[in-house]
Amino acid sequence: MAKARGNVFFDNDRCKGCELCTTVCPVDIITIDRNTINKKGYHPAHVTQPEKCIACGNCALVCPDLVITIERVA
Amino acid sequence: MSVVFEKTKGLTEKEFHYCPGCTHGIIHRLVAEVLEEMDLLGDAIGVAPVGCAVLAYDYFNCDMHEAAHGRAPAVATGVKRALPEKTVFAYQGDGDLASIGTAEIVHAAHRGENITVIFVNNAIYGMTGGQMAPTTMIGQRTTTSPFGRNAEQTGAPIRIAEMLATIEGASFIERTSVHNPVHIRKAKKAIRTAFECQQNRKGFSMVEVLSTCPTNWGMSPLASLGWVAENMIPYYPLGNFRNPDKEA
Repeated sequence: MAKARGNVFFDNDRCKGCELCTTVCPVDIITIDRNTINKKGYHPAHVTQPEKCIACGNCALVCPDLVITIERVA
Repeated sequence: MSVVFEKTKGLTEKEFHYCPGCTHGIIHRLVAEVLEEMDLLGDAIGVAPVGCAVLAYDYFNCDMHEAAHGRAPAVATGVKRALPEKTVFAYQGDGDLASIGTAEIVHAAHRGENITVIFVNNAIYGMTGGQMAPTTMIGQRTTTSPFGRNAEQTGAPIRIAEMLATIEGASFIERTSVHNPVHIRKAKKAIRTAFECQQNRKGFSMVEVLSTCPTNWGMSPLASLGWVAENMIPYYPLGNFRNPDKEA
């Protein structure tokens, strides 16, 4: 079976930089972007290597602020 | 290409006012997702509490009602009795439900009111500035217990789920947590079962959800999740305390 692949989208301006999503990612591709400040004044979370996403949904599940949308590719 | 996860229609576009990392947002979403999946959005009436979740009526995409502090189960009782075909739920925190509203929750359960209560327990009064609640852990520092809660002076934390489970009228009582993805999935399942219980006219249902308050606990959101697992779950054991299907 081919490995699942996902597209993950972050609605940056909703993010409050709480970091909950950064620890639940099994492929460890989510970090806080210290070089960006969003509309709310937080450093938002972002995906460093989007091609590695496996569409598990853990990040969206723990996000308290509905920042994340995930699509499964194939 | 299929969508694995997107914002539920059960919530409005309004962004939550909660502090960063507050698990209220997760619990709101779980309730809204269950309502959407059960096709109840046009039919549900929620009752918001006083506390951090006082503005829940802005977030849930269904009819909402606001209640005086602690009185959500009483208001929900009235709504349900006037409109028995509607799905009625109360969403309450621990300062609301376990303190000022203890009489209302105990007697709503005692009468076996066919309503669903979501009880968010984060062991502190959040909105008013982090005062000690009846659910505050022994030794926990709050603004009104700066040296830690002392059992001799203020008693031990109250276990609401266990207490309500002794009441004959309560039909579904479960305690869950949202400190990691596994438990978030379990919490959603429990919330769904509670609403199904109401649809099947089985009587009073309550899901207690252990939650965090990073701001008033004085911790980072991540440390707060760890604190739930290490300090709250040993005292507030997770699990089902009453289930109509198991007794039958």
